[in-house]
Amino acid sequence: MRPFIYEQPTDISAAVALASNFTTRDDQPTRANAQFIAGGTNLADYMKLGVAEPNRLLDLNRLEEQKLRQIRVTEDGIRFGALVRMGEAADHREVKARYPVIADSLRLAASGQIRNMASLAGNVLQRTRCEYFRETSWACNKRVPGSGCAAMDGFNRQHAVLGGSDACIATYHGDFAQALIALDAVVHAEGSRGARKIPFAKLHRQPGDTPHIETDLAADEIVTAIEVPALPWARRSLYLKIRDRESYAFALASAAVALDLDGETVREARIALGGVATVPWRASVAEDALQGKKLDEASAGAAADAAFAEAQPHQHNAFKIELGKRTLVRALLETRDMKV
Amino acid sequence: MSQPSALSTNGLSRRKFMAGTVSAAAAAPLLTSTARAEAPTATQPTLRQPVVTSLRINKQAYELSLDTRTSLLDALRDHIGLTGTKKGCDHGQCGACTVLVDGKRVLSCLSFAVMNDGKDVTTIEGLASTDGKLHPMQQAFIDQDAFQCGYCTPGQIMSAIGCVNEGHADSENDIRDYMSGNICRCAAYPNIVAAILQARGETRGA
Repeated sequence: MRPFIYEQPTDISAAVALASNFTTRDDQPTRANAQFIAGGTNLADYMKLGVAEPNRLLDLNRLEEQKLRQIRVTEDGIRFGALVRMGEAADHREVKARYPVIADSLRLAASGQIRNMASLAGNVLQRTRCEYFRETSWACNKRVPGSGCAAMDGFNRQHAVLGGSDACIATYHGDFAQALIALDAVVHAEGSRGARKIPFAKLHRQPGDTPHIETDLAADEIVTAIEVPALPWARRSLYLKIRDRESYAFALASAAVALDLDGETVREARIALGGVATVPWRASVAEDALQGKKLDEASAGAAADAAFAEAQPHQHNAFKIELGKRTLVRALLETRDMKV
Repeated sequence: MSQPSALSTNGLSRRKFMAGTVSAAAAAPLLTSTARAEAPTATQPTLRQPVVTSLRINKQAYELSLDTRTSLLDALRDHIGLTGTKKGCDHGQCGACTVLVDGKRVLSCLSFAVMNDGKDVTTIEGLASTDGKLHPMQQAFIDQDAFQCGYCTPGQIMSAIGCVNEGHADSENDIRDYMSGNICRCAAYPNIVAAILQARGETRGA
């Protein structure tokens, strides 16, 4: 691991000022000399592997603003402070009652220890676990721009079938993000150019020709909160995660679903897919396909077909298209049948 | 439990030899008052400058001067000599390094020691009472034969205590799910579940 200077800013503006001092406007947060750390479960791992090489770590855990550690439920929705740990949010009574899809997505992610450590903001900003990204001897356009992509002709069973490019097919492995994008969450960030709100759907960037640009954030911007708007019918929501083993594994396919039903007819559907795409993936075409329809196996199947119509399989991951569709169909029918 | 004596009560000669080596080595990073007086006073930190870190481990205070890259796991094992906490994968995948920080189970391999400054750490060495009476969870692992090779066991026990205190040991299914961050290559899983069921009542709030 590269040596690094460790700093503990005590408030948000001090943290931003430090980051601003040691980064430039063009730096990507994941490649900058100075980087923020909260739980460390992702960054410490990647520093050990030589994938991340900051020479200055700015520890956000001593920031004095208490709002960073709070979950606030209001009429407008729910606001998660960025430093809230995954386990706290997963066990939060109001979160479980009002947004089961959020609680499920957190409970089914990682292990008990990691959920105790990892912050919510860090969780949504986690980087891919693509094997060729993790191991520095392989070509990887995300890690070393222009070096190529070893996954294209490699063992790409875990890789994405949606949102890929010729440069990168690395999967976004998070779970929480699928719930957030389905619920139209908003990310609050503060940087040297001020505070701003970013629609969750604009936070992550598809790889395109620049897979090393992973998010919309600047290197000196700190996520301070994630806000989920009030959505009374989100009580009828869930997160279904299909994996190689039942616990502590990344999704091969997952679906975040929330349904507003009039009897069996869909007034509105929210759908996001995980494990199959390069970024948190809102399946708007599947939502549109369901609107005004009676929700049954046939309409759910048609929505799933629509969701994967543009899917592009590679040598070892074609199974994800069928698995992804079946996962979505099951998630839709289970959500319909929830007692709320 | 005082530090060097705890390390040398392990019995057999190899252990004793290793413990002796480690506790001697541990003297180096432990700051003496002289060392502290000579510590640089510059306000701007520099690369490779050691950082003074205070940890309270098993109710004993330690002050260490550490390379910032040192994981909490390496601080415990290599700097303090508490080798009960195990290094398995060193990447957060196996759970062998699980300890409690401020009462919560965490992975000491994925936590830089400097980030734990001022925190309360409990390791497997801190569970038994001073008279040698084992923690109920330790006793349950023995009673239920919940290990074979034993390498994952300290992490399993620390994680099990965290799991119970988090309120996630109500059913066998919950225990299996909430303990899934601790891998056991000997596959003692059924007995680990049995041990947690045995000890959960006495562990709550202990």
